[in-house]
Amino acid sequence: MSDPDEPRNPIARWLYRYDRMLRLGHEAEVIRELRDEDDLFLFMCFSEMLGVPNPVSYHTLELYPLIIEQFHEWHQRMGMERSPLDHIRCC
Amino acid sequence: MNAVWLAFIAGLIYIVGWRYYSRFLAERIYRLDPNFITPANRYNDGVDFVPTNKWVLWGHHFTSVAGAAPIVGPAIAMYWGWLPAMLWVVLGTVFAAGVHDFGALVLSARHKGQSIGTLANRLVGRRAKLLFLFIILILVLMVNAVFAWVIANLFISNPSAVLSVFIQIPLAIWIGYTVLRKKGNMLIPSLVALAVMYGAAVAASYIPALQIDLVRWMGGEEASGVLFGLDATGSAFLIWIMILLAYVFVASTLPVWKLLQPRDYINAQQLVVGLLLLYGGLLVTMPSVTAPAFNAQADTSWFPLLFITIACGAISGFHGLVASGTSSKQLDKETDARTIGYLGAVGEGTLALVTILAVATFFASAGDFHDAYSSFAAAGAGGVGNFVGGAGQLISGLGIPEQVGQTIVAIIIVSFAATTLDSAVRLLRYIIGELGVEYGAPKLSQRYVATSIAVFLTGLLVLLPDGGQGVGSGGFLLWPLFGTSNQLLAGITLMLVSLWLYRQGRSPLPTLIPMVFLLTMTVWAMIQQVVFNWSGMGEADTQWLLFILGAIILGFALWILLEAVRLFRNPEELKRLAEREAREAE
Repeated sequence: MSDPDEPRNPIARWLYRYDRMLRLGHEAEVIRELRDEDDLFLFMCFSEMLGVPNPVSYHTLELYPLIIEQFHEWHQRMGMERSPLDHIRCC
Repeated sequence: MNAVWLAFIAGLIYIVGWRYYSRFLAERIYRLDPNFITPANRYNDGVDFVPTNKWVLWGHHFTSVAGAAPIVGPAIAMYWGWLPAMLWVVLGTVFAAGVHDFGALVLSARHKGQSIGTLANRLVGRRAKLLFLFIILILVLMVNAVFAWVIANLFISNPSAVLSVFIQIPLAIWIGYTVLRKKGNMLIPSLVALAVMYGAAVAASYIPALQIDLVRWMGGEEASGVLFGLDATGSAFLIWIMILLAYVFVASTLPVWKLLQPRDYINAQQLVVGLLLLYGGLLVTMPSVTAPAFNAQADTSWFPLLFITIACGAISGFHGLVASGTSSKQLDKETDARTIGYLGAVGEGTLALVTILAVATFFASAGDFHDAYSSFAAAGAGGVGNFVGGAGQLISGLGIPEQVGQTIVAIIIVSFAATTLDSAVRLLRYIIGELGVEYGAPKLSQRYVATSIAVFLTGLLVLLPDGGQGVGSGGFLLWPLFGTSNQLLAGITLMLVSLWLYRQGRSPLPTLIPMVFLLTMTVWAMIQQVVFNWSGMGEADTQWLLFILGAIILGFALWILLEAVRLFRNPEELKRLAEREAREAE
């Protein structure tokens, strides 16, 4: 598999690979950590629909168009095979 | 004899092993298929399963497996002279470690990237999985005790290294946050961290005020009755162990991205820098070997103790955990396994080799060698110190003052050992939690409860053994036990790979022979130690801790041997296991 981001210049390419080598073990953890943060944020946004009172629902409601695309992956990661919300039928 | 010649001969054997033996394994035994869809490509989830360039993965695999152990073991084993240690490191790497790491990687890749523990359960059954868990438990206990002891001793003997080691902690946390928030590359921050650490090392080498020298602060080596009636060195050891235990408690309960992994990038750079400095220094200084090829004055026979004194660097079961735990999930093509597995083992072999050469050229004469390695106990206590001295001497050939070189090498060893300590306490915590759930004590799976138990056990083990010279002087006694449990782990992996090859209708001899050799040496060494040295039979006093631990390990070794004999002599059992695996695969 060729990495599309690899530079063509040989020195730059080996430096890039060396950096990738250092990052490799860490990348998965960083992705997991960032995803956990996103999951918590999404949970707070959708909390009203899940029966948890949300004092700022007026504002989070405005975010729906922006986060709705991530909703399907989020509910699957949370262990819900199908959408838990009647009015968001993503699957 | 010039040490460069030894490096050249060993390098040549490594190249031949890589060029021909690993190709034979790839084509005739493991039968790598370039068209096989690896787990990384099949389950590509962008997180754990990611197809990765083979050189990137090789570098990552190599830096993950190489640590302080391939330095400590060979430095102690130099006691028998350089020839036995070098032969075992070179031939062990070519015929055992390369085969083992390569095999573990292929076996895992052919089984959806599953780890050795899961594969033991799947290929043999629950008993093999339990055996695997128990051996890991004993292995990590040994690792914690031995590495805590190594760090405390290096802090006492190299006070100029302490500041840099402590500076590494905030630097690692800074890198962790930088990478998480800014998603930038890691090369620049980790190079900056390295520059700051080594800058501090240079400053501390010349400015005594920057040296954290507890022994001096407590009145020097002659001072007595400082803490609990201990002398200054014993008190310093006790204080460092307590600080290390407190550090490891905090570090191992943090998320890995905050401290453990950023430390790993700095350590990966340190490994590269260390190898370049040592081999560069060797080529420039071209030193003569002053240590004898065989130590005729040795009070303990090299056979079979050598094979458990040097584990990492010749063959190490820990590599199988890395190969099957992470590397197999990132393999782009199955044919890449040859480079990553076999050449990764060769990489660690070169670290063990340069350790042997640094110690072999350190002494002014053979007489000095005999003074430093006067007994096996003296080798255990002073082996790492001799390597630090020899490495400083080699590095001085590059124009770096010897004292600074020694400080840098001490920092490298401590950094490796501290990271291993962190990982090992985490692992111990998981195992305690798992056993707690298994035996109806779910409280044990709570993070702080399990970590407290792990840290307490580590402290108990590192402070209990007494080498007869006061507190902490006997920590090195545990080293052969660490080597033994590491070899047993390798034995299990080789057994699983052999079993898989046998069931595929291929010759399992390339994996079966190292397995039988390893287990025979381990059982032999343990019977010798447990029965004749530690049980109290004969002239030696009973050493209860070592006797109990050794007897447990001996039991595990015999268990693996019986398990292997049962499997390979019973075609019905093999057939039943194959059918069960096929059912589970469906």
